[in-house]
Amino acid sequence: MGTLYKVMETLLPFSWINYNFMKNALLAILIITPLFGILGTMIVNNRMAFFSDALGHSALTGIALGTLFGIANTNIAILVFAVVFALLLNMIKRRNTVSTDTVISVFSSLSMSIGLVILSRGGNFAKYSGLLVGDILSIEPKEIGSLAVVFIIAMTFWFFCFNHLHASGVNATLARSKNINTNRMEDCFSVVIAIIVMFSIRWVGILIINALLILPAASSRNIASNMREYHLFSVLIALFSGITGLILSYYMGLATGPTIVINAAILFFITLFLKPSGND
Amino acid sequence: MLKTKKIKGASFEHDAACGLHCIKMNNITVRDGADTIIENINLHIHCGKITVIIGRNGAGKSTLIKAILGERKHEGTIEFMDLKDRTVKDLRIGYVPQHLNMEKNTPMSVYDLFASYISRSPIFLRKNSEVYQRVKEQLRIFDAEELIDKRACDLSGGELQRVLLSIAITPIPNLLLLDEPVSGIDQNGMELFYENIANINKNFDLAMIIVSHDFDFVRKYADHVILLDKTIVKEGEPSEVLESEEFKKTFG
Repeated sequence: MGTLYKVMETLLPFSWINYNFMKNALLAILIITPLFGILGTMIVNNRMAFFSDALGHSALTGIALGTLFGIANTNIAILVFAVVFALLLNMIKRRNTVSTDTVISVFSSLSMSIGLVILSRGGNFAKYSGLLVGDILSIEPKEIGSLAVVFIIAMTFWFFCFNHLHASGVNATLARSKNINTNRMEDCFSVVIAIIVMFSIRWVGILIINALLILPAASSRNIASNMREYHLFSVLIALFSGITGLILSYYMGLATGPTIVINAAILFFITLFLKPSGND
Repeated sequence: MLKTKKIKGASFEHDAACGLHCIKMNNITVRDGADTIIENINLHIHCGKITVIIGRNGAGKSTLIKAILGERKHEGTIEFMDLKDRTVKDLRIGYVPQHLNMEKNTPMSVYDLFASYISRSPIFLRKNSEVYQRVKEQLRIFDAEELIDKRACDLSGGELQRVLLSIAITPIPNLLLLDEPVSGIDQNGMELFYENIANINKNFDLAMIIVSHDFDFVRKYADHVILLDKTIVKEGEPSEVLESEEFKKTFG
């Protein structure tokens, strides 16, 4: 980590880089934002915005369970909860008895309430209110490490499964005729989103995590014409809003997460304006 | 414009239909809880034949297609037999859907669409030149190779249809299923589409099942017609079915 810090100090001749918390935050942003940009493409394509939002809310339960089991097992508790939550939701969704929106809503509010109940035992929820907007400036090297691991897992999944995932989203029946296991793809994708949301929720915050997932991809959609451009622009937009958001928030004394979201939203409107007319 | 074209591009190691492959469906029944959606469907189809399914809305046509594809749980069996050596083989199914799940500005080129179904080379990373050539060749069968870099959402109904047909016959299936393939296509596109169907039928060794509402098409191209209403109400040659009492009762 020490060498990495030195490299950053040499490369970036700014005063803010002398603070270790800024270096850590920058590293975290360099991992989180591209990841969000990439996953967002498929979330937007498959209209899963509501689903990822629900996952964000349910992270509260993940964290609450983590505190119950003690700090040492927080990550494992969160991970297990994320996987169970995503798979259970998909299972009930597939039974087709209630509309998807309703199922997601029920899951989301239930898990948020459970989280709130656990965290506010003894009446000290205030301690956890930081979770709502997140605090990327408090991230530690060890936690950057686990983010990096999550990043590698997600990218491996993307590399090997993206085509089938995409095929399932465009037309599930057609995908099945090509022997693609659409349910398995959907489950894997949900689990990956769940894991990423759970692991980044403390830095990004429950209220804004979905904006970070959706906005870069939504902006990229306005100007891209194929999957390669879609991913590339989405990653660039996510990185740009992340880095500028961090720096702006430093100089202006703002909360980092919301500043990043505002930047991403501004980029969305710019791309909307750039969008070739006649295509709407 | 509408002169008959020979199918180009495809190498014919797959010969024209030999009539010696047959698909047997025995007692296909699909239930949804206590409701029976279709029951006791028995079908016997040979390669080189076009079977058309007709029926009113809600008669279970799409359900039957989904059951054949294995998407809906069903009772009964589907067997694929090679009559030359009397062996049972795995049935490969091609499917042409009615709609794709995409919005107006979806950043998906025809290459992206095609490659995601036939290749694992990640389409978000780069264009794989091998896959690109293969996609182009397959599109050429239906004169659609110039569409390869266009966005799928910008295609006309007829163009998209040709792309979907190319996807469905890559690789060449034993059974090709088409679910109301001409909805949303203009008259010209429709004639071209039927011509393509006739060409596939002539040049590839496969059987076709088509769900259709177009009785002119049925009369002209179908070898066998099935009138479905939960179960097979009437089947036979086009003229036989289209003039039957059962047909008049359903559509009259």
